[in-house]
Parts: sequence; structure tokens; C-alpha cells
Amino acid sequence: MPASDAVIEVSGLRMSYDGLEAVRGVDLRVRHGEIFTFLGPNGAGKTTTVEILEGHRKRTAGEVRVLGVDPAHADRRWRARVGVVLQSSRVEQDLTVRECLELYAGYYPSPRPVEEVIKLVGLKNKSESRGKQLSGGQQRRMDVALALIGDPEVVFLDEPTTGFDPSARRAAWEMIDGLRELGKTIFLTTHYMDEAEALADWIAVLNAGVIVAEGTPSTLGGRDRDPYEISFTLPEGVTIDELPVPRASVRELDRSRRVVIETRQVMATLHSLSGWAIDRTFEVPDLQVHRPTLEDIYLTLTEPPK
Amino acid sequence: MNDVALVAHQLRYDLLVNWRNPQSRFFTIVLPVIFLVLLTSLFGNHYTRVDGSLIKNSTFYVPGISTLGVVAVSFVNLVITIVALRESGVLKRRRSTPVPAWVLIASRALTAVILSIVVVFVLIAIGRVLYGVHIPSGTLPAFVLGVFVGAACFCCLSFAVASFIRNEDSAQPIIQAIVLPLYFISGVFVPKAQLSSTLRDIASVFPISHLDNIFFKAFNPATRGVGIAGHDLLILAIWGLGGLLVALWRFSWSPLAAD
Repeated sequence: MPASDAVIEVSGLRMSYDGLEAVRGVDLRVRHGEIFTFLGPNGAGKTTTVEILEGHRKRTAGEVRVLGVDPAHADRRWRARVGVVLQSSRVEQDLTVRECLELYAGYYPSPRPVEEVIKLVGLKNKSESRGKQLSGGQQRRMDVALALIGDPEVVFLDEPTTGFDPSARRAAWEMIDGLRELGKTIFLTTHYMDEAEALADWIAVLNAGVIVAEGTPSTLGGRDRDPYEISFTLPEGVTIDELPVPRASVRELDRSRRVVIETRQVMATLHSLSGWAIDRTFEVPDLQVHRPTLEDIYLTLTEPPK
Repeated sequence: MNDVALVAHQLRYDLLVNWRNPQSRFFTIVLPVIFLVLLTSLFGNHYTRVDGSLIKNSTFYVPGISTLGVVAVSFVNLVITIVALRESGVLKRRRSTPVPAWVLIASRALTAVILSIVVVFVLIAIGRVLYGVHIPSGTLPAFVLGVFVGAACFCCLSFAVASFIRNEDSAQPIIQAIVLPLYFISGVFVPKAQLSSTLRDIASVFPISHLDNIFFKAFNPATRGVGIAGHDLLILAIWGLGGLLVALWRFSWSPLAAD
């Protein structure tokens, strides 16, 4: 990958507040056109890191380049290329959606057409409503609209769906996915696993100020190498020892007659299990194949040190 | 858009927001009018002795309440607005855009000057129509100069004071606690001649009393010449400059309550 492909480059980033180190040596690389997801529990240092990248905070140490520029010395030209959705910001209460977008469009050298942005974020039938009349989800859409009006190359989204109901979150994901199609580079922070799984091209997990794992949603934390789990309820009269799998790979859940088989060869194991069951005319109606979820991986990665 | 056009662009929306917001409409236009009408009705439009000359109550209250109007617009309302914009994250969001800080501040200052002119115009018009207050043509330029200098001074002070208020809810009570007592000892509601010299001395430290001096001098029939109160203008300028320095030192784009 050529170096010019990187939109954001961070190395050795550190940030201290009153002697307490919130960010302790972070390295990041975000490529053009991807959705980079920054995952971590509250207080991990996500927002601090993002605010340094946005130019809202001065760092203690380390190198940071966003679009080739150090955000600590951001000028107007740089700000015109970067869109920001802050974690908490109220929309202007007494302007309508359209007026507010027209106001912000005036700040930029080549803004996107207001109507187009209104449509993009799905506020078409609210364009004449004032900020204070919008619901929580609509206000968050407005935040995104204001970040897009300048037609930025990079968009920072800091926990954009916190407090959304499930359908509003789905709609927001579709919108963010749409931004990727426009060729934007997205830096998304979230603490929702399903959000990362649905959107991310690349995930970095931050815990206590350091990156503890990085990867695609399917490989993060060795997820692709962890064994699968096949589980079902043993038919009447059958014991664990009769199963056509190594005894060591099987464990029985307490008193439920439900067994869990750990395997790395899912197909082979399923094949021998089904042959065995058909020969004996058993049905195993509650058979499940379970891959470690992103949440399992994440919880292991961010476990507080014992 | 060049930067001057950008100030005009921002100004249009700042004025629109001010007009739409019921709280700012009340404090900037309605309240001063209520005060003028109420005080003149309460005390009657008789002649009283103010600073050695016999003038009508309304001739005293038009410049007095004009002072209140300018302070309400360019200080009370502005401090509350700045704190609200900052604490709700609007300022921080604007900081993320290419708009220069000075454009936002210039637009706020112009909003204050324009609204000050509007409120003073309304007060003078009511004074003229309802109470027959004479509009002094000779001292009118001095009066207008006072509006500009006063609005600019209180604008700077607003940015300074706002930097000490950490949340939206406390902005209103804090700011009223500052201005209300000062109105009473600065000749806004009560002629200064009726106050003890101690109160007058205290008031003379603060800018409200000097703005009132400028306005009263312009309306006082005893004033001869153009009526420019140089000493009072100078004190306003010093307060404004001090406010500006504090504002530059302490100004924050990010919410203070979050830190």
C-alpha cells in the first residue's frame, strides 16, 4: 500500500491530564475510503484521541497527520476538508433545518447543495422544522448533515447512534454506509459491537489508552482462528461417550443434557455428526453452530486487568 | 464568499435567531418598553429637579431606560447567548468549520449594535409620541456615539463575563444579579441626585453609570453644545478594552461544564 493512501496517520500519540495519562502511545493508520471503527469502553480515551485528530485538543506527545496536516496547526483550508460530528452538540434551536444548513454552507468554499444533503440524511419532510422541534434521532441526522455540508474528504463520527432506538440505528447505518459509497473516509467511534460489525472495514480496539487489537471484523483478536462451537441437546438414552467426536472436545452444560463441541473443522465435524444421527434416526432439532461473536472477542480484549 | 460577505451572511442568521427566540425578544425589546411606560405612569410625567435643572420625568426616563436597553441587548442577552452556544456545543461545532473566529465575533458585536439602535429608537419614539419628550437635534450625534461605544464596550465585557459562567442555567441569575443593583445606583431608575454620595461613588466605578451619563447629557435640556461626554466615553472604552483582554485570555470554544 503506498503511503499516500493513508488519510490519517498517528504514531506514539500520548495525552495526559494533570499527570494522568489518558492516551498512552497510540498508533493508527486510516486508509482512503474506508470506515475505520474505533472501539472501546467509556473512558478508554476514544474521545480524547478523536478530539486531537479533529484539532480540538493539543496532544502531549506523538505524531499526528490528518490529510497530511498536523491538526494542532489546522488552518481554514484543512477545516474545509474535514467534517465533524461531535459526541454531544445541540442543533441550533431557532433555525429551520434548511436555514441552518444554508448558514453552514456559507462557511465552506465549495459546499454540497443544501437540498441534496437534506435528502441524504433523510430529513426531507423536516426541512422547514426548527431545530428544537426535531426528535433526538432527527437532531443527530442534522449533526451529520452539518458535517457533510462542506463536502469533506474525512468525516469523524463520535458515537453517532448513542441513544437511538433500533430502527433509527439501522437507518443511521444505511446513511453511514452511503457515505462510504460517496468515497468519504469515515472515522467512527462507538461502543456498540453490532455497529462495528455492520459498518467497519477495519477495527481498532482501545482499552485504557492503548490499542489492544486491530483487524477486520472477521479477524479481530484472532476471531478467525478461534474454534467454532456446535451445540445441541442429546437425544434420550444417548451418552456423551457415544458421540463420534473426541471426548475432550465435548462438554455438557449443567443438567440440561445440552452438549457443546469445540472444533476447528466445522464441516468435517458436522458431517460425522449428521451421519451418526441419521444412522440412528435421531433428530437434533436445536442444533446450533456458533462462531465467537465480536462481542465475545471485545469483552476478552477489554477485560479489566485482574 | 469573502470574509466581509461572510460577516453579513452570519449577521443575517444571528439577527433571525435573536428575533425568533422569545426570551431574547422579551429581554431586549419588551422589557425596556415596559419599564419606560410603567415608571412614567407610576411617578407621573411631572417636572422634577435632576442635576439642578427642572425636567419632565419622561425626559429623565428615556435616556435612563435607553441605558437599560443597551445593557440588556449587548450584555445581559449576549452573555446568556454566548454561554448557551458554548455549553450546547454549537461553538465547538463552528470551530470545526472553516469560519474564522473573528467573523463570528464581529457578527455578534454587530447584532448587539443593531439591536441597541432598534431598542433605543423604539424608546425615543414612545417617549416622543406618548410623553412629548423633546428629541435634542444638537446632541443627537453624541447620543448615537454613546450607543456605539456602549454597545461595543458591553459586547467585550460579555465575552469576558461569559468565560466565568460554567453552565447555562446559572447565566441568567448571575447576570441579573450583576446588572439589577447597578441599574438602581446608576441613574437608570432613580436620579443620581437622590442617591447618597457613597452609592454614587460605587456606581461611578462601573460602566452602566457612565453610559447613563452620556445619554442623560444628550437629553438634558440644560446641555449646551454637542454634549459629548468625553470622560464617560473614555471610562467605557477602558472597561471595553479590559473586557476584551480578559475575553482573549479566557475564551473557550468547548463546553466548560464537560471538563
